[in-house]
Amino acid sequence: MKLELRGITKRFGSLVANDDISLTVEPGEVHCLLGENGAGKSTLMNVLYGLSAADAGEIVVDDEPVAFSGPADAMAAGIGMVHQHFMLVPVFTVAENVMLGAEPTRGAGLLDVEATRARIREISEQYGFDVDPDAVVEHLPVGVQQRVEIIKALVRDARVLILDEPTAVLTPQETDELMGIMRQLTADGTSIVFITHKLREVRAIADRITVMRLGRVVGQAHPESTESELASLMVGRPVSLVVDAGTSDPAEVVLAVRGLTVVDDRDQLVVDDVSFDVRAGEILVVAGVQGNGQTELTEALLGLGGRVRGSVRLAGTELLGRSVREVLRAGVGFVPEDRRTDGLVGQFTVAENLVLDLYDRSPFARGPMLRHARIRSNAAERVGEFDIRAGSIDTLASTLSGGNQQKVVLARELSRPLKLLVATQPTRGLDVGSIEFVHRRIIAERDNRTPVLIVSTELDEASALADRILVMYRGSVVGIVPGDTERDVLGLMTAGYAPEQAFERAAAHPTRTGHPEYGGDGDEGEP
Amino acid sequence: MSEQERGTTATPGGEQPPQEPSVSHRLWRELTTGNAMLTVLSVVLALAIGGLLIILSDPRVQQAAGYFADRPSDTFATAWQSVSSAYAAMFRGSLVDFGEYSVVRAVRPLAATLTNATPLIAAGLAVAIAFRTGLLNIGAEGQIILGAIGAGYIGFTMDLPVVVHLVVAVLGGVLAGAVWGGIAGFLKARTGAHEVIVTIMLNYIARFLLAYLLTIAAFRRAGRSDPISPYVAESAQLPRLFEGARLHLGFLLALLAAAVVWWLLTRSTIGFRLRAVGFNPHAATTAGMSVARSYTLAMCIAGGLAGLAGASQVLGTERFLSSGISGGLGFDAITVALLGRANPWGTVAAGLLFGALRAGAVTMQAETGTPIDIVLVVQSLIVLFIAAPPLVRAIFRIRVRSRGLGAPEAKGWEA
Repeated sequence: MKLELRGITKRFGSLVANDDISLTVEPGEVHCLLGENGAGKSTLMNVLYGLSAADAGEIVVDDEPVAFSGPADAMAAGIGMVHQHFMLVPVFTVAENVMLGAEPTRGAGLLDVEATRARIREISEQYGFDVDPDAVVEHLPVGVQQRVEIIKALVRDARVLILDEPTAVLTPQETDELMGIMRQLTADGTSIVFITHKLREVRAIADRITVMRLGRVVGQAHPESTESELASLMVGRPVSLVVDAGTSDPAEVVLAVRGLTVVDDRDQLVVDDVSFDVRAGEILVVAGVQGNGQTELTEALLGLGGRVRGSVRLAGTELLGRSVREVLRAGVGFVPEDRRTDGLVGQFTVAENLVLDLYDRSPFARGPMLRHARIRSNAAERVGEFDIRAGSIDTLASTLSGGNQQKVVLARELSRPLKLLVATQPTRGLDVGSIEFVHRRIIAERDNRTPVLIVSTELDEASALADRILVMYRGSVVGIVPGDTERDVLGLMTAGYAPEQAFERAAAHPTRTGHPEYGGDGDEGEP
Repeated sequence: MSEQERGTTATPGGEQPPQEPSVSHRLWRELTTGNAMLTVLSVVLALAIGGLLIILSDPRVQQAAGYFADRPSDTFATAWQSVSSAYAAMFRGSLVDFGEYSVVRAVRPLAATLTNATPLIAAGLAVAIAFRTGLLNIGAEGQIILGAIGAGYIGFTMDLPVVVHLVVAVLGGVLAGAVWGGIAGFLKARTGAHEVIVTIMLNYIARFLLAYLLTIAAFRRAGRSDPISPYVAESAQLPRLFEGARLHLGFLLALLAAAVVWWLLTRSTIGFRLRAVGFNPHAATTAGMSVARSYTLAMCIAGGLAGLAGASQVLGTERFLSSGISGGLGFDAITVALLGRANPWGTVAAGLLFGALRAGAVTMQAETGTPIDIVLVVQSLIVLFIAAPPLVRAIFRIRVRSRGLGAPEAKGWEA
């Protein structure tokens, strides 16, 4: 099936989210849609999937113009979509989930589960999915859940499959498997629209690349382009993908974590006997797939809760058992994982957010009185220093872009003298330009002789910043390896392999995106 | 990062700390960006529908409608006369009566309005400050009752020097209310018990506590068998502001309370903390603020404000304690805070409006026979329209220009 978008325009008030966008997806190709957050990729796909109506332009399927008034129309026309956040009912079986919304019946309103089971087995066999139709979805690993989503689309005879940031939740090995599946699907004539901002994956899988920026198509790119070329196309200016971390000079141990164990509200052991050191002037990255205890680890450091055992010493002082306030006052800077929920008060202004943990201290308060003048001059200073793009310092934080919100959080946390910086997912959801900025700031803090603890699920980020990488799996430390460890090895460690095994296996089975042989690593020329 | 740094020059910031926008500028923005405007329109709309009800319930209009086909103009004329006379009576009863011969008598309706508004403002502030901390204080009623008990008891039992007695009595009322509100805050902070449930239950406890107290000797008026307390001593009474009206010093205390709440919320570190907790408890926690302490503190302050309302009722308006001392003021206070959008000065304005409606309704019924319940319907309609801004926008065809900041309707029960 050939799919064409012609001159699609979508406006939200005065904002033009999609400006005259045209693109063609040929049968059996992987068409990558590359762009930063806010470039208009998701808007375009929502138009294509019938979730919102375009203001202008048309959708053409096999040279026939079509009009979609909802996802059902899009599905009927052969378009399937796998959302970034899965649309599955956790307590249903695979078969029940696949049936949902298009339940086959055998007269008298009885569900025909058997027919669906058969279809799932058929598809599963054809593409080597290895999915049991009777498994309950919540018990399946994330990678398999994603396959269930793909099966859902295929059962409805999708000939064009939209994958929205499908690799965000996968380990590198799972990503590799997904790419294998994508190859098989295209071999059978299914087209795939692959939305992502991960350049490495684009180069590994794409047949054709369309780059979007600020609601427009800014160009087509060849899969053989270097990552730097793609990035500059995406951002509109030359960017360096890997910030030059310079040389670090780790000194004495400042943070010593020993036997840290955390049990959460549901009595689950989420952090299991974790021990590590961070030295002054060193960046330790805690890597791992989302949900392996990293979040709980940092929350325990900050005193945010859970039942905690063990010891966390910062320059000799015990932090465990202290309140968040005391930990912050002890000189810990904290950049939380979810800046919207934990980092900012959305309905507060930029100026107020910049003093969120300093508001009751000199110079921002005198006794019980806030000193608005100081708060405002502080804000003006930080906004300049951190290049925060806000209308004014009275702009509400919730109206800022993700990158600028993160800059507000960073600016606040770095604006006081630190003994330790803890940053969780500091660049999640940020565009390439902001990532570069955040990384530079973190490195600057390291060069300031501050010990830095970063939690990241992005192996690229871990490699770019880390002096040492600690990999967590199911709450425990799999191993601590040097910062320049190969991606494949790290990937296997995130799946629970001990370092020695990981090194062996990685040598034997390199992946497309993780190994130099496939052109993933070696060619980042500085622009 | 050369590109990025060059980009900086175009953005705000730099040497001069930016000035705060002027008051008039902010007022203008508030009036034009929707929230204040929507409130005004809601009131107008509610009064319009109230007018419709007045017409429908007026027997003279019904009579004229009987021969509508013959002389339609009669129906319209009667209808107009019915509404205009009812609302004119309401105006006379709540603001100024130009028909009176002396200035004092002419503004007496205004005094009645202010007297009615006093407890509504104080208790409205109690709901508003809790709301800004993310708590729904349904317990103003109970807190008013406790405030009245505390202030009243000190007022009619103790024997203290002139000024001291009044101060002690008012503070006693504030303290009693603060304790009552604090219980709900403390339970929320410690056990997570939902403040809505707890405050509703505390309302019942307060009501029956008062009923019980009025049966024991210490609270009974000598020579009376009905549940009514002695008059508070003259030294503990809030002085009348001028002769011939019930308006008393409590009104000025309520205005003072509004100023304090305004200062607390916008100018103090405590208010910064309470607002942060109210908007986003997660971010507040991560920034080292204690959400539990903030909840307890907010409910104590709220209870104290409602306690002030109770004290003002018993020391100023009624001057004795009876089981009807609050009479649902605490529930009207929720409406007042909602109408005032949980803003101290908005609450004052809303309290004045409701005070006027209450005062005017009495005159309206006396002069035109229009049922007093119409005013209750108008009050309820105001709340309804405030709670459903899209409805008002649709009726007046207003486009959404900005998002409301913490407008009460934007938050649900879990707020």
